[in-house]
Formats: sequence, C-alpha cells, structure tokens
Amino acid sequence: MIDINAPVTDPGVKNALDKRGNARESLLPILLEVVKENSFLTDTAMKEIAGALDISSAEVFGVASFYEFLPIGYNGKNTIRVCKNISCYIEGKDEIIKAIEDFLKIKAGETTRDGKFTFKTANCLGWCHKGPAMLINDTPHTDLTPEKAIALISEYT
Amino acid sequence: MARSPFPKKISDSHKRVDLIFSELPTEKTLQKIIKMTPDRIIRDITDSGLRGRGGAGFPTGRKWTYAREAEGDEKYIICNADEGEPGTFKDREILDRRSGKVFLGMAIAAKAVGANRGFIYLRGEYSYMAKDLLGEIDEFNKLLTSKSVDFKIELRLGAGAYVCGEETALIESMEGHRGEARNKPPFPATVGFRGKPTVVNNVETLVYATMIISIGPKKFEELGTKYSHGAKVFCISGDAGLKGMFELELGMKTDEFVNIFGDGATKAVQVGGASGQCVPRKKFKDTILGFEGVPTGGSMMLFNSSRSMYNVLKNYLEFFTEESCGQCTPCRVGCQQLLRGIEAVKTGRLPNTYLDDLIRVAKTMRITAKCGLGQSVANPFISIVDNFREEMMHF
Repeated sequence: MIDINAPVTDPGVKNALDKRGNARESLLPILLEVVKENSFLTDTAMKEIAGALDISSAEVFGVASFYEFLPIGYNGKNTIRVCKNISCYIEGKDEIIKAIEDFLKIKAGETTRDGKFTFKTANCLGWCHKGPAMLINDTPHTDLTPEKAIALISEYT
Repeated sequence: MARSPFPKKISDSHKRVDLIFSELPTEKTLQKIIKMTPDRIIRDITDSGLRGRGGAGFPTGRKWTYAREAEGDEKYIICNADEGEPGTFKDREILDRRSGKVFLGMAIAAKAVGANRGFIYLRGEYSYMAKDLLGEIDEFNKLLTSKSVDFKIELRLGAGAYVCGEETALIESMEGHRGEARNKPPFPATVGFRGKPTVVNNVETLVYATMIISIGPKKFEELGTKYSHGAKVFCISGDAGLKGMFELELGMKTDEFVNIFGDGATKAVQVGGASGQCVPRKKFKDTILGFEGVPTGGSMMLFNSSRSMYNVLKNYLEFFTEESCGQCTPCRVGCQQLLRGIEAVKTGRLPNTYLDDLIRVAKTMRITAKCGLGQSVANPFISIVDNFREEMMHF
C-alpha cells in the first residue's frame, strides 16, 4: 500500500516535485528531473512519486520502463551513448565501441565498477552526416575517432 | 573509410531552394499574421499544396481545416520535434538556426484553428538544446503578449523513444503515459491532447507554413511537380560524396540525385530512413523523389557497391526490434521474426525460399500493425529483399 500522506524522503524526488508540481501529466518531466539528480530511479523514488501523484506505483514503473532515458535500478554517474545505426556504422562506429570498451574495461550495456560510467549503444542520435556520433550525458560529440572518443571520456574521469 | 575522391559541386542550374534557412524578421511577419483571417490562412496553406514534411505527407491545409471545424473549448498546436528516423537531422538544425520561424509557424496554425496553447515536443537526444530554446521561446511569448496575441508556447522533452514521433504516441507521452500509439480514428485533429482538437505538425512543415504566408502560396506551389509542390530539406548520409543538408525542389529523379550526391559507385539509396524504401541502381532512372514516386521525411542514405545489403537490412531490423513499443502483436513478434528469419537464411539454417514466407509476414504487418512503425517495417524489408535477394541468401 502506498501512503499518499507519507513524507517524501528522497531529496531528488522532493526537488523534482517542487519544480514540476504533482499533476498526472507532469510524470515524465518529474522522472527526467529525478534521473538528472540521482542518475537513476529507485523503487523508493518511484513509490514516492506514485504517492505524490496519487497513482499506482505500477503505473510509474510502467512509464519509466518504457523510456530509454529513464534507467531503473542502477546507472553510472555519466552515460555514454554511441549511435549504432547504419550511417554511423558506415563511418566506423564499431571501432569506437571497441575502443571505449577497452578503455572502460566493460561491455556495452554495463557500468564501470566505480559507478562513474554507464556505456550504451543507442539508436540514431541525429548526426548522421557527421558520424560516428555519441552523447556523453546531454552533450553530443561528432566525427569521432577512437582517440578522440577516449580523450572526451577521459575528461569525465 | 575512404571518402569519395571527387566531391562534386551542385551546379547553378540545379533546383536548390533557400526557404527554410533564409532569414525572416519575426516581428514584422507576426504583424502580418495578426492581420490575416483564419479562413485566409487556411486558404493560402491549402492553395500552396503543402503536405506534411515529417514523412506521412498529409495535406496540411486539410489537417488545419479539420481542427478548425472540430468542437472544443481548448485547442492545441504541437510541434513534433521528436526526430528519430535514422538518417534525419534537419529538425535539429532548423530549431538550432531558425527557431523563430518554427514559432511563427505555430502561431499561424494557432490562428488558423483557434488554439491558444502550443507545445514543442523535443526528443531527449536533443536535450542539450533545451536551455537555448527555452530562452528563445520565452522571448517569443513576450512578443506575443506585447501584441496581445492569446497564444503561448511551452517546451516538453521526450525521453528516448522512436515511436513517440508517431503523433498519437507523442500525445500519450505528453500526457505522462507510455508512448503507445492510439487507435485512429479519431484523429488528433478532433480528439488529441487532453482529448481536445490538436494539430501535430513537423518542425519543417511549420517553417514552410511561415514561408507560404510570407512569400505567398503561389511561389511555393510553383516549385516541384504537379503532385509534390514545394521543396524539402534532404539529409544526406552514408556513402555520399556530398553529405549534409540540402533544400531541394521536390520531384527530382533519383539518378539525378545520385549524380550530385553519390560517390560514383552508388548501388542503392534508402529513401525515407529505416522505415522508407530502398531504391536499387536499376530503378534510379524511373524513381521520382516526391509523393508520386518515393516520398521521404528527409532521410537519404546512400550505399555503394562495397556494402552488404544484408547488413543494412539487419541493422534496420535490429532498430525496429528495439524500438517497437510492443503493444500490438504483429509488430512486437513480426520484427523479431523478420530479424531471426534473415539470420537463419543467411547462415543456411533455413532454405532461401523462407525469404518468401518472411515477405508474407512483412505484408501482414503492413495491414495489421496498429501504428506507422509496425506498418512501415515492410517498406525496407520488401524493397531490400526483392532487389537484393542474392545478398540475403546462403551459398
């Protein structure tokens, strides 16, 4: 059972609710805000949001699990997304992915031990004429070479 | 990857157009819009022959007419900036460089249908633009207030789901739900956001609406062909000698296009991204890039003779398998079966004739899938398997 009167304990959730209000329609902006603060969504966070919006926590989970940018459970502080669609494939995204995997010592889809990076492959990022492309958090980087990609990621270590 | 040895220049005689990225004074244009009647706006847009530039190509004038005639105490204008089709990047560039013209387009649509709220749904991958865009929106809203126009624009962010580019899925997402497409009809023009009449237009469509009001419908209508009026921003990527964005008149022949943008060894052009059609070299001469031939939402991916079309198709199917929202069975199961099917044929686990069964699956998806995503998987699948069958087969 969710007690809708229970106080919100997660500071990320509190901040998101203060900023975005508690209308049903604001669910997506609230979730995005929490992910921005906390890097990912926890069960507690989703339950607290459900309480504040007076909807079931299953519904919050249903929405969160639908979207790529709303990681649940665990995610690194920084997320790296390399485009894997055909134009970037032609420009050599495989070499970029391999270089990043070797550098971070993880496979695509995994998070580094220190929790600093989650590395993912992504669908079209909208930089097809300047591939290979990747996003580090919100920032796009284009015309990548393996060296350039590693140098960019190193700035976040 | 070796680049093309001969990047060619576009000849002066060529049908290049400069409407989308041209400069336009915002305040002056707004004053012109304020003086126009809704009927006049809809007539101009209808006369211009403008059709949606997001891919589906629905006549914009008609969409606005439906929304104008629909009953509703509130009406909404949504600018669809959830550009997710592999191979397109025009909407990002337009919003980056000419956001004012997008806002004006929304104001025009609002005046035409009688809406007083507008939203820009920006895909999550472009969230780096949100800060600048918010500032520009704020400025535009202030301008509207100073001219006593009852219209306000807001920005909404997506969260990484290709299917949200489908207008009803986009509306679901804006209401805070999973981005699952609704049944149509009713269409958003009558029952849309919050159950009210809603116009959902692509970024580029809105800018053309602005330009039509600014230069008059005739100048726009004269561009292109009888069935495809006006121009379009083409996004060129892949094995191209010349990459990037080019605004061209509609109705160009594919061979003409390949001569300008190809790298000299082009064997196929994927027109309209992953959900579009593949045009093989033998059909370049007869294929028109427009609504009477093969339409595009902007994406033009070129492949040269060094590419395996099996890898291309596999990449598309992996994309659809991931991006299918999973609510309807034809799409959820169909995408996976097509992907597994071509892998099984390629590795020899199933006979080459199995490709015919897969084509039947694709055709079934075209009829039975709930939204455009599932329906359009058949486009790349059938056109690639039909034209490059030997590349799909196991030897």
